[in-house]
Amino acid sequence: MPQVTLTVNGKTSTVEVEGRTLLVELLREKLRLTGTHVGCDTSQCGACVVHVNGDSVKSCTMLALQADGANVTTIEGLAKPDGTLHPMQEAFREYHALQCGFCTPGMVMSAIDLVQKHPQGLSEKEIREGLEGNLCRCTGYHNIVKAIAAAQEVMHGRRSELASAAE
Amino acid sequence: MYDFAYHKPTSIADAVKLLSADPDARPISGGQTLLPALKHRLNKPSALIDLSGIAELRGIRREGDKLVIGALAKHEEVANSAEVKAAIPALATLAGTIGDTQVRNRGTIGGSVSNNDPAADYPAAVLALDATIVTDKRRIAADDFFQGMFTTALEPGELLVAVEFPIPEKAGYAKMRNPASRYVMAGAFVAKTKSGVRVAINGAGPGVFRQAEMEKALAASWSPDAVAGIKQDPEGLNGDIHGSAEYRAHLVTVMAKRAVAAAG
Repeated sequence: MPQVTLTVNGKTSTVEVEGRTLLVELLREKLRLTGTHVGCDTSQCGACVVHVNGDSVKSCTMLALQADGANVTTIEGLAKPDGTLHPMQEAFREYHALQCGFCTPGMVMSAIDLVQKHPQGLSEKEIREGLEGNLCRCTGYHNIVKAIAAAQEVMHGRRSELASAAE
Repeated sequence: MYDFAYHKPTSIADAVKLLSADPDARPISGGQTLLPALKHRLNKPSALIDLSGIAELRGIRREGDKLVIGALAKHEEVANSAEVKAAIPALATLAGTIGDTQVRNRGTIGGSVSNNDPAADYPAAVLALDATIVTDKRRIAADDFFQGMFTTALEPGELLVAVEFPIPEKAGYAKMRNPASRYVMAGAFVAKTKSGVRVAINGAGPGVFRQAEMEKALAASWSPDAVAGIKQDPEGLNGDIHGSAEYRAHLVTVMAKRAVAAAG
């Protein structure tokens, strides 16, 4: 069987896969990183979004072999080893940006890529458009947008601490 | 998905060799169309030849009055490229509206053009801008390249290497997306080029096509009003649960008007 070597959340692994093994299958079934979800499996819902070499991608629509040599970050790789959450995760908690939570890992990964690629800041409209590839079946978009708007201020260093949802 | 062998050559010559040795092998770049098709078992390749390691297929560059985009250029790269924005802003805008960010981070121009999905965006730009398709064997004019639904002039084993876009005087693109799938219901790419005015319609028919009547009207007067009264014949257009052929025909005129307005 072919082998793939990739670095996931800073740890390099070599794994045997089939040609048809998807990146998300490698992450969930071989590396047991089950934070990345499979929703639609048709590259529409975005529950499976991870970062590959710094870009957000749908891991259900990429072969594991296509990630050979790549640097992958999943939702498990965001918090610091001491448990301190990433500002985007903290914002999702503070703004209650999740209901059932199924879409949340993908939302968080897409949101981080979106904010990182727009250092000049994003308007509410741009955040909504930037989330085109992520679906929330609970329709909890409103608080997700608020969380991303608040997180970008911390991520770009314009605020040292997250604005509280009560502000 | 059925299983397949996987190869990752590092040169065009090696990729072509692998493809010619096995008629059931298929090339893959971003895989944003191919992988969903394989999941549905619509396709059963014996091997996938991953093109992403071939440096000769990369790059976006200006060569005189042409913009040359390598087959592996991702939609997001084209959308954000300073070269593309300066030379053909409508092309950068088009690339930025394909799928969503995650699809644009994987999908490539070479894949989109050689797949020729009737609802794809790039074929409209290629046809309207009178681009040339460069393959490992030859150069193909856009007018000869697109041959209807999922069909192109590419021969088995022939690889698309780059697309050369002559820089137009003006160009604009407008499309109506299906509200659920976001695929194009009808789109129009209009361009004022050295070879005249060209209008390409995508999404509405079984393949991208030129709208001769609109080209004539825009050559005489470049304004949205010039195409406002031109009715597209619904004969031969797509009709499905998302919209009838008559509805798409109506959209063609509306999109052409918006595309001219966008071109300025």
